[in-house]
Amino acid sequence: MDFLDGMHLDVLKEIGNIGAGNAATSLSKLLSRRIDMNVPEVKLIHFNQIEMVIGGAETLVAGVYLEFTGDIQGTILFVLDKVSANNLLSLLIPNYSIKNEDDFSPLERSALQEVGNILAGAYLGSISVLTGLSIKHSTPAFAFDMAGAILSVPMIEFGQMGEQALFIENIFIDGLNKIESNFFLMPNIDSYPIILKALGVYK
Amino acid sequence: MIERIKVGMADLNVVKSPGILVTLGLGSCVGIALYDEHVKVAGLSHIMLPSSKVIKNNQNRAKFADTAILLLIEKMLDMGAKKDRLKAKIAGGAQMFTSATNDNNLLKIGERNVISTLEVLDSLNIPVIAQDTGGNYGRSIELYAETGVLLVKTIGHGIKEI
Repeated sequence: MDFLDGMHLDVLKEIGNIGAGNAATSLSKLLSRRIDMNVPEVKLIHFNQIEMVIGGAETLVAGVYLEFTGDIQGTILFVLDKVSANNLLSLLIPNYSIKNEDDFSPLERSALQEVGNILAGAYLGSISVLTGLSIKHSTPAFAFDMAGAILSVPMIEFGQMGEQALFIENIFIDGLNKIESNFFLMPNIDSYPIILKALGVYK
Repeated sequence: MIERIKVGMADLNVVKSPGILVTLGLGSCVGIALYDEHVKVAGLSHIMLPSSKVIKNNQNRAKFADTAILLLIEKMLDMGAKKDRLKAKIAGGAQMFTSATNDNNLLKIGERNVISTLEVLDSLNIPVIAQDTGGNYGRSIELYAETGVLLVKTIGHGIKEI
């Protein structure tokens, strides 16, 4: 992000790392089984490259979107492709079988929304603990569409600040089922100084 | 081999017949297609935000409806198009997620992008002859410099020529 220097970026990355750790713990509790997670990759990428991360602008992906408010405001988007979403659903829903290759049922949507909800709580909880800031989040909204269209939501938010986006890639692993998820955490422009100040890195 | 040029997010490009301009996965962004039928010059812009005026970080002219349209016209004039012959078609401006809180400006950005695009085109006296905007789904579009046809493709909402 053009307005952030290297130190600010490191702080945001660290928040991403801690949040991802909490997220894996929360997911393990939800599923009552151990979930291994690789060290998440937290990076800044130019929004012209972002769709390549997910496999092209027309790749179908599921997106769960939430807003947070309180001492800081912003949005969260949790994105996964169809295969990862189905792998995740097979962990969540007993005797799960894929009914429709091209869409998600109301139950499947609701289950994915709940995962988005839990992950958002885990990330925001870590920011809250680190900074002492009070943060609440909304109920999640769901969409299944082209990656480019879904990712345009966070990209537009970042587009107001610069030419890049903060991007967190998590890979949750349960046995042989690999679940690749992408998590976008987007404080709005006025919230960055508040977070950094609360962490004592911004005067 | 017909030239097929990809236009990314916050990007724009122009081509002469028989070239094709393509932009994939428009969500809340708006694809603005301009066409001069006489010289068969086409221009396509993929804007993200309504206006450069309210944002400090506005170096990328292709990102905003107001500056992108002007830049696109400049590039088309360089290729022999005339401003008073230009006609516009626009697509995109969807709302991908419906918010529970309902008054989030970010979620309504698609609608604001469309309004701003129409205002800018109107102020430049460029007629908008076709429009496929709104809804809650993504669109991929292809602009054919040979005919001026704009092909709009969606997932689950059909394909149409406008």
